[in-house]
Amino acid sequence: MNRQSLENPSDTSLSRVDGAAKVTGTAIYSAEYAVPGIVHAVLVTSTIAKGSITAIESHEAETVPGVLAVISHLNAITVPGWPPKKQPAERVPPGTAFRVFYDSLIYFDGQPVAMIVAGTHEQAAHAASLVRVTYRQEAHQTHFEKNMGKSGIPLNAQRAQNSPFQDYERGDASALHNADVRIDAEYTIPTQHHQPLEPHAIIAVWEGDDKLTVYDKNQGVKSAQGQLAQAFKLPRENVEVVSKYIGGAFGSGIRVWPHTLAAVIAAKQLKRPVKLVLGREQMFTSVGYRPYTKQKISIGAVKDGRLAGIVHEGTGQTSMYEEHLERTVFASRALYACPHVATRYRLLPLDVNTPTWMRGPGDATGMFALESAMDELAYALKTDPLEFRLKNYAESDPERNLPWSAKSLRECYELGAEKIGWKNRLPEPRSVKRNGMLLGYGMASSLYGFHRHPSRARAVMQADGSVIVQSATMDIGPGTGTAMTRIAAKVLGMNAQKVRFDLGHSALPDAPGQNGSSTIPSVGSAVHVVCEALKSKLIALAGEMSDRFKATGQVVAKNGQLFSPAEDKDGLSYADILKYHHLNELEVMEESKSGAERDQYSMYSFGCHFVEVEVNPLTGEVRVTRVVTCADVGAIINYKTARSQSIGGIVGGIGMALMEHSAMDHRFGRYVTTDFASYHIPVHADVPPIEVYYIDKPDVQANPIGSKGLGEIAIVGVAGAIANAVFHATGKRLRELPITPDKLI
Amino acid sequence: MDIDHDAIPPDAPDEDRRFFLKQSMFIAGLSMAPADFLQAALAPDDGPVGNAVKVKLSLTINGKRRRISIDPRMTLLDLLRENLGLTGTKKGCDFGQCGACTVHVDGRRTLSCLTFAVMQHGSKVTTIEGLSDGEKLHPLQEAFIKHDGFQCGYCTPGQVMSGVACIREGHAGSADEVREYMSGNLCRCGAYPNIVDAILEVKKEGTKV
Repeated sequence: MNRQSLENPSDTSLSRVDGAAKVTGTAIYSAEYAVPGIVHAVLVTSTIAKGSITAIESHEAETVPGVLAVISHLNAITVPGWPPKKQPAERVPPGTAFRVFYDSLIYFDGQPVAMIVAGTHEQAAHAASLVRVTYRQEAHQTHFEKNMGKSGIPLNAQRAQNSPFQDYERGDASALHNADVRIDAEYTIPTQHHQPLEPHAIIAVWEGDDKLTVYDKNQGVKSAQGQLAQAFKLPRENVEVVSKYIGGAFGSGIRVWPHTLAAVIAAKQLKRPVKLVLGREQMFTSVGYRPYTKQKISIGAVKDGRLAGIVHEGTGQTSMYEEHLERTVFASRALYACPHVATRYRLLPLDVNTPTWMRGPGDATGMFALESAMDELAYALKTDPLEFRLKNYAESDPERNLPWSAKSLRECYELGAEKIGWKNRLPEPRSVKRNGMLLGYGMASSLYGFHRHPSRARAVMQADGSVIVQSATMDIGPGTGTAMTRIAAKVLGMNAQKVRFDLGHSALPDAPGQNGSSTIPSVGSAVHVVCEALKSKLIALAGEMSDRFKATGQVVAKNGQLFSPAEDKDGLSYADILKYHHLNELEVMEESKSGAERDQYSMYSFGCHFVEVEVNPLTGEVRVTRVVTCADVGAIINYKTARSQSIGGIVGGIGMALMEHSAMDHRFGRYVTTDFASYHIPVHADVPPIEVYYIDKPDVQANPIGSKGLGEIAIVGVAGAIANAVFHATGKRLRELPITPDKLI
Repeated sequence: MDIDHDAIPPDAPDEDRRFFLKQSMFIAGLSMAPADFLQAALAPDDGPVGNAVKVKLSLTINGKRRRISIDPRMTLLDLLRENLGLTGTKKGCDFGQCGACTVHVDGRRTLSCLTFAVMQHGSKVTTIEGLSDGEKLHPLQEAFIKHDGFQCGYCTPGQVMSGVACIREGHAGSADEVREYMSGNLCRCGAYPNIVDAILEVKKEGTKV
């Protein structure tokens, strides 16, 4: 069933369960918890990219009224989970997470070097401006292009034979020489930042020496709990992480960052609750980014349009102290039925902070290159780009030689092509104008190997027949609580109003963080399973009340009641079942995880994007004027919120393709784009109508709910589709993002 | 900081105004005033806050008069969030570039992060908390829920306050016009098309906003 609009009467979506809280401003985000005795922290960050601190002059700052402490490596408490400091300080080997306020060494510009804690934010901010740090500066290397020669095989691949980041080859990539048509090209994606609207923030509260509570912006309360417990050598249960509302993250909250530890250190040292909110400029050096990545693709086809070979190489930026690995070249192994494929992945360490996963990590980067190259090759073959993709459609996974668990990408292509009117497109580039603007259409595929992790959920039926379902999952925006409520209500045959779903607290049952398009497949499955178990228990209890419920196979749950047989007029309500058995509540806990099916099938979410652009022939300004996006993510749980997630991915892709560029002044190794005036993200006026379609066919092999992840494929491929549309409009093939007007005139 | 939560009698504004003028002149003269004069001028509760002294002001927030003594460096945004517990107004960038902090000051949409609180003596400020009528949501709040005009919800209060102003200003005549006049409110989740739909629907229905 294809559903396309909210007006569609068949759409029974739930509105967001936390909608009222969000539109009235009563939803409480990390920095907004009212904690008595709270004090405010402001970070002082390094102004050099490499070297060491020789002195911190903080006397003037300390005399500012209200200032409680100036914390730095000179006086910070020892973090028990860290190794003893070396004298003199030594640079850490790669693979060591940055330790804040640990020693005098500087690894990147913007590194926290001191923190002011004061009674008010104003006092702390003023005092921070008075701290004078002097450095012994060393020559830094931040320029990716100039240092390309220093890139190397990731240690991860050197150490592990089965690492997916090993060089890969199937068939014989030299078969490219036999291709009738061949493209060899380089693609560049600059550093791009997540920049969620809510800056990262934390309130750290210690009770005594061994109990820590943090209200923290992150994407995984359980992993944050584990990381903090490890750092401070506490039992896990002594660390409570509360992250109920997250103001966007897109990957920036997957790990515990130095600023979080800085606030926890300060709170311990001062025995006061400490609040730290990053400034927007600090968001560029504190919480990771999509790494600068250079790719080379050699791709060829024979005359009839079959791919002859693909060689895909990618080199990504990382820091000097950690490896950050991405799936940059992976899509080329799996997307097309090409017998000869080779991929190589390299890392280039620079004097920068460590990158992290940003929406569609690796695949968004790699698919820009692959789908641009496919488009270019199609034009070289004088073939329609969509026809070319269909010609090389992979009916099974060519990388793992396994059947797909499900794949409806062909249906996505067909639906998208029909909706955008692809067949009416004139193939010749730069051949159509509309209102004086060059008009172009482009498309690209999307895929993502969504994850599924073991997850637990608890369901507690209340005496009044309502149910509380709990899991330590997160909602960074997709509407996790709403989707889970929908799953629970469906299984239990209840009105969604009678379901409450709790998330975002480390005391809840184990669940993975929100990343890798894993929440619905993982936690959704656990919620489904636990509600099935609860229903079974209720049916068993009903069987003790009346014989007609003993034939468990014919019992049906609807309207908060059990019916047996299904057409029976009189149901037995959940409340009455609990009342009969003198139960105040009925609790079930279940775990759900993947099994052998992951070895029997290859599991991906698929999709495609069709884009219409107008390009001003005089100024080179590109406007995306229409987008059609189609996704095959198995069963759609809640259309309304899924649709928003797809739209959000397109908007992120528009930013990635046309505007986002974290520019650095390499004389200082410092970003010059440090706010929204210089780091541009799409605004209302940049976003056209976006049409969203789903195939909505359950993937019965994937998991109990037949639903696959959507978050990543929403953005993967979008930049390629836009670049391809720009080529169609202008005849210019741009292989370096973002596509700004200067590159088109 | 001290807050007087009691309502001020209706005849108080003039008195407050005089008080504020005195304070304003005091601030204006700070740079020229000799240090001992400053010391003498300080009232006991107006202790130094860094390199400044506290300033008293009075303003109406969501229909409630408030008399407050604050650090003059404090923005209206921080006053709302840190001192008055009105955390519905969000801090996104603190540079006036994202719109998350949008409130209405005397009926006009205003970026509260670019506004010092002391500049708002005598003003009437409406925040997201003051938009709904008790439990009854404002029509635009209802429309945001219906059209799913948000995901993470962080930019939402600013979008709603701006959206209400956009309609009141007469700038919601078409989707293009809404996009133009809402472009100061960034949404990183990308809920823009749904926000536009919500605003257009409320405008079309003609409900008084």
